[in-house]
Amino acid sequence: MAVEQLKSDVTGSVWKIVASIGDDIAPGDSIMIIESMKMEIPVICEEGGRLVALHVKEGDSVAEGQNIAEIEI
Amino acid sequence: MMKPTKILVANRSAVASRVIRALNELGIPSVAVYSEADKDAPYLNQADDAIFIGESPAAKSYLNEDTLFEAMTRTGATALHPGYGFLSENPVFAQKVLDAGHVFVGPSPQWIEKMGHKTQARDFAKSVGWPIGLGSELLPDDDQLVIEMARSIGYPLIVKPAEGGGGIGMLVVQTEDKLLSAVERARSMAKRGFGSEALYLESLCLKPRHVEFQVIGDKYGDIRVLFERDCSIQRRHQKIIEEAIAPGIDRSLIQTQCEGIARGLRTLGYDSLGTVEMLFDTTGNFRFLEMNTRLQVEHGVTEEVLGIDLVQSQIRIALGERLKDVLPDDLSPQGHSIQARIYAEDSKRFYPSPGRLQAFEMPIGKNIRVETGYCVGMEVTQYYDPLLAKVIVHAPSRSEAMTQLITALRQTRIEGISTNIEALIRIIQSEHFMSGNVHTGLAMEVVQEANRMST
Repeated sequence: MAVEQLKSDVTGSVWKIVASIGDDIAPGDSIMIIESMKMEIPVICEEGGRLVALHVKEGDSVAEGQNIAEIEI
Repeated sequence: MMKPTKILVANRSAVASRVIRALNELGIPSVAVYSEADKDAPYLNQADDAIFIGESPAAKSYLNEDTLFEAMTRTGATALHPGYGFLSENPVFAQKVLDAGHVFVGPSPQWIEKMGHKTQARDFAKSVGWPIGLGSELLPDDDQLVIEMARSIGYPLIVKPAEGGGGIGMLVVQTEDKLLSAVERARSMAKRGFGSEALYLESLCLKPRHVEFQVIGDKYGDIRVLFERDCSIQRRHQKIIEEAIAPGIDRSLIQTQCEGIARGLRTLGYDSLGTVEMLFDTTGNFRFLEMNTRLQVEHGVTEEVLGIDLVQSQIRIALGERLKDVLPDDLSPQGHSIQARIYAEDSKRFYPSPGRLQAFEMPIGKNIRVETGYCVGMEVTQYYDPLLAKVIVHAPSRSEAMTQLITALRQTRIEGISTNIEALIRIIQSEHFMSGNVHTGLAMEVVQEANRMST
């Protein structure tokens, strides 16, 4: 089982975390929503897997390229 | 004894720059306000006074009413211009400004409230004979009722926030099985964006054009409708290119709408600037969308074709002048004007691109007008909307305007962040835009086609 780091696509703040640790994420589902410049951008896990870690919480600032979660594929 | 007029501009960026310019031209003292992120903004030096109002997040600065009132007191400001966005369509705030004995540069709070509530605005539109599309009342909590209301409108439909505006928080629903999850999502977006979960449904117009009408009223009951703008070029329901006049629409249809709008607003006694937004469908029919009770980002294209200054007019009317003394009687559009909004976002996905501006060179030319609130070295942050600058051209014909706008966009050099300039140029050069065959899905069609071609 490989553990993959999910990175943020955009600089902004974490608005909502929509998955919990231990959840099985279906391919294409989102794990959290980042807000930036009045836009909401879902963070999508393309391949799916189990969410094993979250490096941010709601309200945190995130930078583009920053590791924000870990998925076990 | 009345204090001399001094106006505080409760906003930032391009609109603050625009209003301060108008105040300087009118010889009225101005007060600018700025958050941490805007401390190096170029328009601050153009105002007579600049007051720090708090940390970058809007809630701590531009939406911080207490701080704004303190700034009014400290500077002896007698009036407040809210710009657009932020507090400009907050009727409670507008009333507070009035209760504090200040002038609010905008309509009476009752009109802000009436038009701010989208189903009330639709009811008003219907009552004065403006065309409206099929729409619902406010959605109840009952899922089954919501499903029935949707059935009577038909699919595809659109879920909209009743207290919303600006294209924010709207969701298209193609089929009934997607309805309830869309409604749930729309509720939370509405709550977050506008503080209210109230929603309504409207039937979806396919390939509509967004055609809006500029209105202006004074405090004495006079109303004029200053023709139209076409704002069909949008991404995520937000305008990115706007023009005056609307290409290819029979002028008699426009005239009929102008007259109907003037008649309707005269019954209210609407007393400032406003815009009546409509959809124009493929059968040549208009339908009322919403009315915005504020200055709009795209006001400049109307100013260019009519040779007037809407911001100066708005201020003069707020200070008690009569419309007939502020605007000439006979106005008719000359030539064509197009505005492009340069956004801090990439040209493929339109994702926000914050960062420090390492280069910021705006185009210069006889018929090029730029409005911006940024300069080189400033940080473009995540806290505000992505508008960097507006580039406006005015030419004798639409085709000359398009050519000039493309040239102006090519001359623009912004480095340090991504911009939508490449997408803007592509859209203007597209066959459909060039032939005036615009509709609200055109921008995304052009960009998505370009993305497909390049992969």
